[in-house]
Amino acid sequence: MKTTKILIVGVGGQGVILCSNILAHAALKTGHDVKKSELHGMAQRGGSVTTHVIYGPKVYSPLVEEGYADVILALSNDEIERVKHYLKPDGVIIKAPDALPGRLKNPRTLSVAMLGLLAKHLDIAEDIWLESIRERVKEKFVALNIEAFNIGKEQEAINKE
Amino acid sequence: MKKLLSGNQAIARGAYEAGCKFASAYPGTPSTEILETLAAYDEIYSEWSPNEKVALEAATGAAFSNARSLAAMKHVGVNVAADPLFTLSYTGTRGGIVIITADDPGMHSSQNEQDNRHYAIAAKIPMLEPSDSQEAKDFTMRAFELSEEYDAPVLLRTTTRIAHSECLVEIGERVELDRDYAFERDQAKFVMVPAHARARHVLVEERMRQLAEYAETCKENVVEERKTDIGIITSGIAYQYVREVLPEASILKIGLVNPLPRRLIRDFAARVGKLYVIEELDPIIEKHVRSLGIEVEGKPDEFRCGEIGPAKIRSFILGASIPGASPAAKAHPPVMCPGCPHRGIFHALNRLKLLVMGDIGCYTLGVAPPLNSIDTCVDMGASISHAVGASHVVPPERQKAMVAVIGDSTFIHSGITGLINAVYNKANLTLIILDNRTTAMTGGQPHPATGRTIKGEETFRLDLVNICRACGATSVRVIDPYDLTASRAAIETATREDGVSVLITNRPCMLIDKSAWNPPYRIDEEKCSACKACLTLGCPAIVDHSTGAEKAAPEINSLLCTGCGLCGQVCKFDAIVPRETATDTTR
Repeated sequence: MKTTKILIVGVGGQGVILCSNILAHAALKTGHDVKKSELHGMAQRGGSVTTHVIYGPKVYSPLVEEGYADVILALSNDEIERVKHYLKPDGVIIKAPDALPGRLKNPRTLSVAMLGLLAKHLDIAEDIWLESIRERVKEKFVALNIEAFNIGKEQEAINKE
Repeated sequence: MKKLLSGNQAIARGAYEAGCKFASAYPGTPSTEILETLAAYDEIYSEWSPNEKVALEAATGAAFSNARSLAAMKHVGVNVAADPLFTLSYTGTRGGIVIITADDPGMHSSQNEQDNRHYAIAAKIPMLEPSDSQEAKDFTMRAFELSEEYDAPVLLRTTTRIAHSECLVEIGERVELDRDYAFERDQAKFVMVPAHARARHVLVEERMRQLAEYAETCKENVVEERKTDIGIITSGIAYQYVREVLPEASILKIGLVNPLPRRLIRDFAARVGKLYVIEELDPIIEKHVRSLGIEVEGKPDEFRCGEIGPAKIRSFILGASIPGASPAAKAHPPVMCPGCPHRGIFHALNRLKLLVMGDIGCYTLGVAPPLNSIDTCVDMGASISHAVGASHVVPPERQKAMVAVIGDSTFIHSGITGLINAVYNKANLTLIILDNRTTAMTGGQPHPATGRTIKGEETFRLDLVNICRACGATSVRVIDPYDLTASRAAIETATREDGVSVLITNRPCMLIDKSAWNPPYRIDEEKCSACKACLTLGCPAIVDHSTGAEKAAPEINSLLCTGCGLCGQVCKFDAIVPRETATDTTR
């Protein structure tokens, strides 16, 4: 079993932290060792945000090393250039398809929809994703987010990098 | 049961399980979540103190009364608390006392990246440094025991990547301590007059000798024998990076970073080929190893700046190149949030071309263009004192062009004494207290002027207006920062007055009360002349669509806009208006 290293990037207010929490707990439920690194304490909305999520049999560094990321999940395309050098040679960048925001009932569920796109690249079972979403999202928004996750799964990821 | 916990949550859990009874802190990244987590436990009294010195003194009082107590602060907070810290080293304690210093290599949210291991050495205090959340919990529990065994305060040092990384932690039960909570008089121990302190210093030296012996065999210092061609002495988060980059290397992981072992290091050095020390920031372990006469390779001098990270270790030991970000890459630096009540004040300060002595908080972001109106930022509370010093040396006409800005929480932390000094020593200055009724930069913690405790209980609400009057300010005015014209006029009036004039803004941080948000604004493209006046606010919700010389109407991102209406006030063409209805119900 290999170690999977994921960077999630976006801007403050987009749900990068929520997104990485759902992913980390889904990996945990799958039985992996998990580490997640993020920065708190810059309460602003609109600044660049990056989180690192790493899972596998045994994880040491909570930071993905430059040149070793399996996946970069970009909630904002503007942020990709900043972290592209983290990607390993055969790594994948997952961007939001232009049509995706328009398909969502609520634009604030974009981060969870992007997890739907990410899910296609990872070995985490569907029911575990849904369980993790249910546990991490406020109860009244669970249905909305699960719908967004499913819409995300139906999308073809744009990955031209 | 195992849970995914950040280092900060793990420290709180460790304190809880160790029977800690008292916890205090002033919020500061990356330490804030320790007290936020502790506040949820009913068995522990917890408080936000006005500053780190008060926090440590209060924790000391609890520890002198036999309680296990904890004070948490960021690295620069220890500077504020250094006065009690150094003498607490002499008195020692009754109940275990643990001081968390959360260092910030890389300065993710700090004004410097000082290495607080120096404090442990200077104050002659044992210091533990965990390398993940499990150790953060285990070492916190061990720190209470060491404190009681060796009659010493114990420092526990984290760094941002320990504090804010989440890893699996085994959760245990709290053990309630069977002991009498009382302050028992012992003047030779607790009253540090010179005669007593001289005797205590001898005990401090003896204690450190005993701890140095403990360091040789303690389970916090671990030898991991693997291949012996390379041996690495490391500590804290750097251990994880070393494991990642050099999985086959033998490692001596130092968990007790003060005092450092000698025989353990000599024995390890003798068993390996090439010896390296990998540590973040200053070469403290490296110098210690050299002082033992052992040949060792330390990191390059340039790695003393910033975080060390796996890529730097790979380049240093294996000679690999470090992939860099593309030169075209631009990070969005932190900026004031859309709807931030500080924005209008900085817009006015910019328009009035005033020099602004600044302080520590969200408003420090007023330094960024286009607001570009912060001229100093050094430490908590310094804004007023900087303005006092400057006003006493520059000619009167230049004094009028200078103001000090400080947040509500920072004013209470250490700005009040600056204001007293300003009035007492007859300075000519304008002070703007940006009262957003929270400690915003660290995520919105209550403070004495919010009238709420850390547990959400109601308490006396410190009145900032009356405090300023009592300090002797010439005038104190409350202003609405969402009214641009009135704010600007108030600043102009204040800067014309003699003596110390105080302006206090009255709008809460928009992140603490989202119900106060108005419907988002939009730009009417028909009316917009693309003059870009709205862009001078530096609001991240307003997107510039012009390219090169080609002008285009900006656009307002309705997901980010909170409807504060400032952009509508700066638009001379009435092109910026509220949307008819809120399109979004989730926020």
